[in-house]
Amino acid sequence: MEAKEIKEKAKQIRRWVLKSTTAAGSGHPGGSLSAADIIATLYFHTLRHRPEEPDWPERDRFVLSKGHAAPALYAALALAGYFPTSELMSLRKVGHMLQGHPSVKTPGVEACTGSLGQGLSIAIGMALAARLDRRESHTYCLLGDGELEEGQVWEAAMSAPKFKLSNLTAVIDRNRLQIDGPTSEVMPLEPLAGKWKAFGWHVIEIDGHSIPEIIAALSHREEGKPTMVIAHTIKGKGVAFMENVVSFHGKAATPEQLGQALEGLE
Amino acid sequence: MIATRDAYGEALLELGNANEDIVVLDADLSGSTRTSKFAKHFPGRFFDIGIAEANMMGIAAGLASSGKIPFASTFAVFATGRCFDQIRVSIAYANLNVKIAATHAGITVGEDGASHQALEDIALMRSLPNMRVVVPSDAAEARKAVAAIAREAGPFYLRLGRPKIPALGEQPFKLGKANMLREGSDIAIIATGYMVHEALKAAEGLQHAGISAEVLNMHTIKPLDKKAAVAAAKGAGRVITCEEHSTIGGLGSAVAEALSQEYPVPMRIIGTRDTFGESGKPDELLDKYGLTAAHIAAAAKEMVR
Repeated sequence: MEAKEIKEKAKQIRRWVLKSTTAAGSGHPGGSLSAADIIATLYFHTLRHRPEEPDWPERDRFVLSKGHAAPALYAALALAGYFPTSELMSLRKVGHMLQGHPSVKTPGVEACTGSLGQGLSIAIGMALAARLDRRESHTYCLLGDGELEEGQVWEAAMSAPKFKLSNLTAVIDRNRLQIDGPTSEVMPLEPLAGKWKAFGWHVIEIDGHSIPEIIAALSHREEGKPTMVIAHTIKGKGVAFMENVVSFHGKAATPEQLGQALEGLE
Repeated sequence: MIATRDAYGEALLELGNANEDIVVLDADLSGSTRTSKFAKHFPGRFFDIGIAEANMMGIAAGLASSGKIPFASTFAVFATGRCFDQIRVSIAYANLNVKIAATHAGITVGEDGASHQALEDIALMRSLPNMRVVVPSDAAEARKAVAAIAREAGPFYLRLGRPKIPALGEQPFKLGKANMLREGSDIAIIATGYMVHEALKAAEGLQHAGISAEVLNMHTIKPLDKKAAVAAAKGAGRVITCEEHSTIGGLGSAVAEALSQEYPVPMRIIGTRDTFGESGKPDELLDKYGLTAAHIAAAAKEMVR
């Protein structure tokens, strides 16, 4: 798929993020919108997967470690054909499939996440298994920047280079905001690229809303090393009244705001 | 005299030969957990994650989700308490085929003291949906348990001990099915792990005192063999449970939960009493914390009279 078409998919993901969270009356639009371009590129360009056969052993794996961005993941999975888009409007509703945070009961979801800091370790296990089986599959993992405050992330950071996992690519959705405010105030993360380099990762920094840059970073392979992509993004990207607004981390647009939000999407 | 952890190391080796999907993880304790044997024979399938238990559980989850059968080992305190949330979300919620084989459980860890004596690990693991809990009582049973949990899909917690313990003799092993080791009519003693030995000693002593005690080896704490527990309660009318674990949330709680709803009878729960342990020799600690045949027999006499 061409960059222009992927951008269109990202727009559709954003529409579903807004519609589904407003229908649910809760959820996390801010970090779903910041990750929409990365997730669109994964599902409509990078990942080797078969929506009609979610358990295809040769598939690439994607672990959404920042599980609260589930609305964006669900939208991508539905648009890719894992389940009907009509399911998206039942997000977070009792008796329905789409949980507030990812669960493996949903076709296409590879790991249970939502308690932060756990996904990168799981991705390492998947990458090790692929190597043991001599499968081509590549493993991708998307982390939030606030999530990096969890100690387990750095345990994982230390271990992936030990195992020389060149079949592992992690991405940080660097939107610079978390629930209590800017990451720089809650818990400073810089120098972020320097930290990952020091741990032995190949580090690439990109504009996380530029599809060509995302494509290039996700397809990069470094011999004997895992790759970390620091994707600079805007929380709430695409919705003027949500961009860089902390409160939309974990609050849906009201039904009144929804029309305005959908209209403003580029 | 063989420790259950030694049997675990041997069993892993056999499994590794038989099944290429078996992989083993450790957190810098492979000498103590005995996974080092597997590591030596199958270096490509052994992963030392270093002193990072949370990461180890996550990596085990990833391996399991890709079809491997990971055994993740460290001491019981670290395997359960330190990474409870990783086990809860990454492993149990996803119902992944991860086997957490923890050694150095209970007070018989001895000299290392309270920080290293897991007395609440059964309670923690038992509380998680999908998780099953197995506590072998001797080396032969540990071997069989390792093979059984490898065959059965889904997450397991296998609780192993540090000290060498005697053999109980050949017993059948079926997950979720208690073994009747001794029949009796006055009181039923339901024990798990090392305490099965003390229960048998107690039953023998009680016989001399004219009390007929049944002894049940409840090696699987979850799913509990409720049928066997209820049958024991019906037969003897009184039940004592014994575990090298806190009286809160372990075998005693599991049996009490079952009996209180299906066939309530007077019960005593033998275990550590809402307390941390301390440094000392295993035998001294078992005695000080009330985990010997003498304590079991005293409780039985009190109940029968």
